[in-house]
Amino acid sequence: MEGATKRARLRDIAYARSGDKGSSSNIGLIAYTPEGYRYLRDSLTSDVVQSYFRALGPVHVDRYEIPGLLAFNFLLKGVLGEGGSRSLRVDAQGKALGVALLEMELEMPVQLHDRCVRKREL
Amino acid sequence: MTRPVLIGNASAFWGDSPDAAARLLESRPDLDFLTLDYLAEVSLSIMAIQREKNPEAGFAADFVEVVKSLLPFWQAGRKTKVVTNAGGLNPFGCASACAAVMRAAGHRASIGIVTGDNVLDDLKATSDSDAFRNLETGAPLADVHDRLVTANAYLGAGRAAEALRQGADIVVCGRLADPSLTVATASAHFGWAESDYDRSAAATIAGHLIECGTQVTGGISTHWMELSGQENLGFPIVELWDDGRFVVTKPDGTGGRVSEETVKEQLLYEMGDPGCYLSPDVTVSVLGLKIREVGRDRVEVRGARGSSPPPTYKVSATYRDGYRAEGMLTIVGPNAASRARRCGEIVIERMRAAGFSPRRSHIEALGSGDAVSGVLPRRDDLWECVLRVAVADPRRECVEYFTRQLAPLVTAGPAGVTGYASGRPPVRQVFGYWPCLMPVDRVEPALQILEV
Repeated sequence: MEGATKRARLRDIAYARSGDKGSSSNIGLIAYTPEGYRYLRDSLTSDVVQSYFRALGPVHVDRYEIPGLLAFNFLLKGVLGEGGSRSLRVDAQGKALGVALLEMELEMPVQLHDRCVRKREL
Repeated sequence: MTRPVLIGNASAFWGDSPDAAARLLESRPDLDFLTLDYLAEVSLSIMAIQREKNPEAGFAADFVEVVKSLLPFWQAGRKTKVVTNAGGLNPFGCASACAAVMRAAGHRASIGIVTGDNVLDDLKATSDSDAFRNLETGAPLADVHDRLVTANAYLGAGRAAEALRQGADIVVCGRLADPSLTVATASAHFGWAESDYDRSAAATIAGHLIECGTQVTGGISTHWMELSGQENLGFPIVELWDDGRFVVTKPDGTGGRVSEETVKEQLLYEMGDPGCYLSPDVTVSVLGLKIREVGRDRVEVRGARGSSPPPTYKVSATYRDGYRAEGMLTIVGPNAASRARRCGEIVIERMRAAGFSPRRSHIEALGSGDAVSGVLPRRDDLWECVLRVAVADPRRECVEYFTRQLAPLVTAGPAGVTGYASGRPPVRQVFGYWPCLMPVDRVEPALQILEV
């Protein structure tokens, strides 16, 4: 039974890298464990990610699954607005979107959280 | 084949460490190939501006310095061959400059020059209103036709591989797709057929992983703070076998780390559909990829699958789109973020009052969360913060006016305004990015060999 939950951050259970593709940005998100991957597959839908970044105005978010690598690729269409070369934002190329996604708050069952966290360092 | 081909990368972009190539070869003199990438989406427009001022420019001159730095290795008998897209808009100019450096040192070599990527004339000459529509927006080329600066097709590995097979020591290309630099080396080394799609897919993934240099050896990693030797991150090497299996590694004695994590992070960098990664050589699926650590700083990648490439080349065009500038001030003291924002508004208000309302403007109080404005809860309890104001407008004089509106705040703004040591920000031309497609049979990649 997994009754008790705890407040966590996405960065406890996954890591990420983001960059630009024209006026879109992609965020590669990788779970540390298979349990974490399954949890994110069920909970971190494209709608959740689009809503999280709504202030930046993504037109559409596609989520691709790469289960063999415990990874997802989120493609945030139009999130850079004017595109890398025209955007006036300090983060014109979406380099900060990955770390921003990792700040997302999660409410996770305590035991599940323990099975999803990173087990070792580089 | 009894051994893998060894391919290193020593440049991720125009402006990367100029001594990386020599350092890489010093620690790994056994490398068969070095690839050096210099081009980003709008690099070619910067080269176009340089060429307007000097017809002999228009390429990444840094590469000539790299060639100079490698002469001692070659003269000592090392055989490492070099493939690069440093040619930019002027591959012949780049090759000539390299040749001059080698001649001066009495060094003989064969330089392959790959061109045919420049399709600006085709875009300018088109009368088909449906051709070259913006791949992202669907907008017609007519919207930017009279402002086009560059248009280059992302060529595949074919001609560069041919140059290597003909014995070229250096291959200077224009706009090759970044991973194609690596595909060219592997396919020339092993004699792969162009239709050998699984192998090309593997080399494309290998190229994708090393084309951004230190980004696969710990650079911009989520776990960057755990790295040792951050001041000397190793540039990456792939050891690629004839069956397409490869190991990503880096030279001993360099900083950073090659791990399952750094490789996965870079695999996903600038990726679209992972089941359908499009390159001019092959359509790649990474869905069946297996990534595992096989030793310290050694990560094996296998399982890339390929199918035929798309019938079109991607073309990256750029067009003039007015001017921009951005400036920063530091605001120190209570409520720093609110005071910074007010200062930013004043700049825009003063522009408006002078009749220079900018077409676009953006104010950020950096430190409060504005780099990803509205995504995370805004922090307004800052005691110090950096104000950044950016504007863009078709009128140069409007942007010029902007660049003079930050300094007055040093005496007219709130207490604790500081950090205005760097002077007026420069006015820069804006180049819009216009991705579009062109049928493969309308582009003719060409190869010439220059014997030095």
